[in-house]
Amino acid sequence: MLAVEILGFSKTYTIGFWRKKQKTGLKDLHLEVPSGEIFGFLGPNGAGKTTTLKLLMGLIFPTAGTARILGRDWRDPSVRARIGFLPEQPYFYDHLTPTELLNYYGALSGVSAADRRLRIPRLLERVGLAGQERVQLRKFSKGMLQRVGIAQAVLHEPEIVFLDEPMSGLDPLGRREVREFIQSLNREGKTIFFSTHILSDAEALCDRVAVVNRGELRGTGLVAELTSHAAGLVDVVWQGNEAIAAVKSLGGECHAAGEMVRATLPESRLREALDALRTRNARLISVNPVGGSLEQYFLQKVGESAGVER
Amino acid sequence: MIRRLKAIAANTFREAVRDKVLYNLVFFFLLLVATAPLLSQISVGVQRVFLINLSLTAISIFGTVISIFVGISLVSKEIEKKTLYPVLARPVGRGEFIVGKYAGLAGTLTVNTAAMALGFYVALWLLMRTLTGADANILLAIYFLLLQFFVIIGLALLFSSFSSPLLSAIFALAMFVAGSFAGDLRAFAHMAQGPQGWLATAASYVVPNLASLNVITNVSHDQIIAPALVGYNTLYSVLYTVVTVSAAALIFSRRNLK
Repeated sequence: MLAVEILGFSKTYTIGFWRKKQKTGLKDLHLEVPSGEIFGFLGPNGAGKTTTLKLLMGLIFPTAGTARILGRDWRDPSVRARIGFLPEQPYFYDHLTPTELLNYYGALSGVSAADRRLRIPRLLERVGLAGQERVQLRKFSKGMLQRVGIAQAVLHEPEIVFLDEPMSGLDPLGRREVREFIQSLNREGKTIFFSTHILSDAEALCDRVAVVNRGELRGTGLVAELTSHAAGLVDVVWQGNEAIAAVKSLGGECHAAGEMVRATLPESRLREALDALRTRNARLISVNPVGGSLEQYFLQKVGESAGVER
Repeated sequence: MIRRLKAIAANTFREAVRDKVLYNLVFFFLLLVATAPLLSQISVGVQRVFLINLSLTAISIFGTVISIFVGISLVSKEIEKKTLYPVLARPVGRGEFIVGKYAGLAGTLTVNTAAMALGFYVALWLLMRTLTGADANILLAIYFLLLQFFVIIGLALLFSSFSSPLLSAIFALAMFVAGSFAGDLRAFAHMAQGPQGWLATAASYVVPNLASLNVITNVSHDQIIAPALVGYNTLYSVLYTVVTVSAAALIFSRRNLK
């Protein structure tokens, strides 16, 4: 079953007062996210990630296109009770304490008072905010607000959680904690749809990713497949120049630095290459399979490296 | 739906209280204390009239200022700070949100006005050492002031649903001033001819009739407020507010949030 199905979302903004101009935020986006996956929506800053999430959340209206969430029209109010949302750089009512805030959002999501009393302390503990229940949010750091944001997104136990740049602005420790939290939510059966421009997070977390740039979808696929597009090649490193010609004759690309030689060759010729090294008394240092990285895929799809943080 | 409306209204009320909106009560109290020496210097008959006029005018000014300036920020602040996003991502209609915010501020002003009314009656009792049946009539003037606040909140909410906070404040203030002279505007509309007359007639229907809600002078001189006027003002204020809040909800429901 598809958790999210976007069918041709387009969004055009009109800018300027006297001389009105059209600016494309999103162009004919088609996307499918199967249930139970962690889906990464990747793109540089200003690519259209937040626009897509705002459209799905009903915060802005599409110029064209439609979407289905959990099999229903995305505007259906009943769908809203089954999804959670963390906005980018969340800002909450700073006059409230985390408990009051979660109580408010819980009531809006239809969680009963009894359930709220039960869930809120547990959730605050789970996101690492135990002991902060009575502190007003105006005294919270950005990382703490992010934790509150994640708590409010899952308080009503949604089936899909949409997270807009959930790791943005967090220190490495905070990023790791959020990553683990996302994984634990996924283990509970929730579908996670998160946008990010931090590729290492996406690579570590996602089952599937889509790359968007300048409002257009550039590519989508399973992370395992995208990062194994160079499979079938091995990197061999050894000491001794005598074996270079023999390895080259096996189809290897060799790069020598002094006595150290590194060659990339087809995995099918590895045994022959190792024999050639042994007969020429070369000292083998390492043999590693070659894998593509998500970054390579991303850069290839986006066609530029600007805005990529790693 | 009722549960969600209650939650939004309660949050709005709590925000107003924690943002120290009710601190105006302190100023009201200080005003009453400051005028006490002045009262001792005027004749006994005038003292009561003076206190009623001063207190009710202060209630009107404080309430109107809160209605306009808190009213225009009810929605715009939520959009600007993006606190609205997690709310609208939930099963909350935009119309529900507008009505909830309205109810929250209306509740705040009811509590605020009730507290000032209580302060006024305490001051009146201290001055006269007794309260009479005629003094109960003053409650009607305070009730009318509350209706005035409800009308103004609706207007502030309507303007803030499509314009900037500054413009919304200007529009709401202009409507308050024009509404305070609604009687003159209607008289002019009756007299004027041609396009000028049509324009004045149209304006007299659009502008809220706040003049009819101001009976401060009447109650300070112990004039009885006709029950028909109470009914008319209540019905008029409710209808006017329903129209403005509905229009605000309609405009807001079609708005793209930045």
